Amino acid sequence: MNDKYTEKVLDHFKNPRNIGEIKDADGIGTVGNPTCGDVMTIYIKVKNNKIEDIKFKTYGCAAAIASSSIATELVKGKTLEEALKLTRNDVANELGGLPSYKMHCSNLAADALKKAIEDYKKKKNL
Amino acid sequence: MKKVYMDYASTTPVDKEVIKEMLPYFDKIYGNASSIHAYGIEAFDACEVAREQIGNLLNASPDEIIFTSGGTESDNLGIKGVAFKNKKKRDTKGYHIITSAVEHPAVLETCKHLEKIGFNVKYLPVDEYGLINPNDLEQSISKNTFLVTIMFGNNEIGTIEPIKEIGKITKKHDIIFHTDAVQAIGKIPIDVNDLNIDLLSISSHKIYGPKGVGGLFVRKGIKLQTIAHGGGQEKGFRSSTHNTPGIVGLGKACELGKKRMSKDMSHMTNLRDKLIKEIKPIEQCYLNGHPKNRLANNVHFRFIAIEGESLNLMLDDKGIAASTGSACSSKKLQASHVLLAIGLSPEEAHGSLRLTLGRMSTKDDVEYVATALPEIVQKLRNMSPLWNR
Repeated sequence: MNDKYTEKVLDHFKNPRNIGEIKDADGIGTVGNPTCGDVMTIYIKVKNNKIEDIKFKTYGCAAAIASSSIATELVKGKTLEEALKLTRNDVANELGGLPSYKMHCSNLAADALKKAIEDYKKKKNL
Repeated sequence: MKKVYMDYASTTPVDKEVIKEMLPYFDKIYGNASSIHAYGIEAFDACEVAREQIGNLLNASPDEIIFTSGGTESDNLGIKGVAFKNKKKRDTKGYHIITSAVEHPAVLETCKHLEKIGFNVKYLPVDEYGLINPNDLEQSISKNTFLVTIMFGNNEIGTIEPIKEIGKITKKHDIIFHTDAVQAIGKIPIDVNDLNIDLLSISSHKIYGPKGVGGLFVRKGIKLQTIAHGGGQEKGFRSSTHNTPGIVGLGKACELGKKRMSKDMSHMTNLRDKLIKEIKPIEQCYLNGHPKNRLANNVHFRFIAIEGESLNLMLDDKGIAASTGSACSSKKLQASHVLLAIGLSPEEAHGSLRLTLGRMSTKDDVEYVATALPEIVQKLRNMSPLWNR
């Protein structure tokens, strides 16, 4: 694996999609630790079991920011079941690959999404 | 797009005068400096001129200069060379080296390796500015201490160590004193005799010379065990055919460094202080390193709630080349040992930015960075869940 970032990583890093917060989010998931240099929060709005809107905020390196950006793009409009199937490999592959030592960043994005969905289900007692 | 290079501590462009000086030694004066024929003698003479130019910069005698492949090899040769020469045949236990917690990896990893093979190493702590305490040093000295290795100026935060005081202590206790002066050369006058330095590492590419060549000052009378066995060049301390073009380039870079030192120093100090003044008003950012005892070209800040690799890539997108001590930019994923040693948490260390100036830096460069940086910091903070939490 090349250690350089792909064009797609740099594009999502410089022009992140779905950046921001959702004030009345149905589910919020935060993962990571500032000590390790990555913290991600994903906000979702759910309607008819589908992710109607999704936003994120990320503190971290370019890989972390790009991973969260692409993850939100991949699951927007999907059902919760479909969204839960998102894996770190999906995130990394969609970005055209990540340096091996940055793979944990794509993991974080998938985890933050799962946490947001769990949060939604908990609130709805699902 | 405007391009601004602010990573001179990482490497420098080769000065045109240096290139001009080097060129004939690739295809015209190409002899082996160890050969006895005319071709060899010409190359040999060129190396001797370089030795003198380096010696002049350090107030050392030309025959106290050994050519190497760069700063890393100079550090390795100086430290291991003395260590291996000083070790008893069977037992190295108890043999003691003192260094600091903020050394360049070339020194730190060499010391760690020596620990693995039985030497004792004391890593002196530093204060919040990155300074060692000379009293700590003196108190750490035991009858088994044979070497002190402490850097001249820090490569990350630019702090200048109390070299004169260290030299007095090592002289008093008759201990060999090595200093990695790779970052300090050309940015502060260095007189190895006045400072009681016994071994000093220099690198050519940090001072507008070519990459792949460096030097080690070895005070007369100090014996080193070689770490590369071979043809016995450089008094047997460092075998390898002389890299004549590189050596000529290093020599010329030192000559220019000496000639331009006071001009370079005031130029870089002015720009440095201007840049620090411009960056300081950014909310929740802090200067790392010593406010006064710092290298003339070093600016080092940390920003709360953003990560250094992102910051550097955003700067790169604006044409600005800088550096960071964030873990995320290193393959080991560990925050800079220097920033941790000055008492920062990993979280604080991740938000660091190093901007280093050089001879070619301009006021325009500083103004461009001063305009671009606050916008980028704000952009990343707007994306960060840690900002205003």
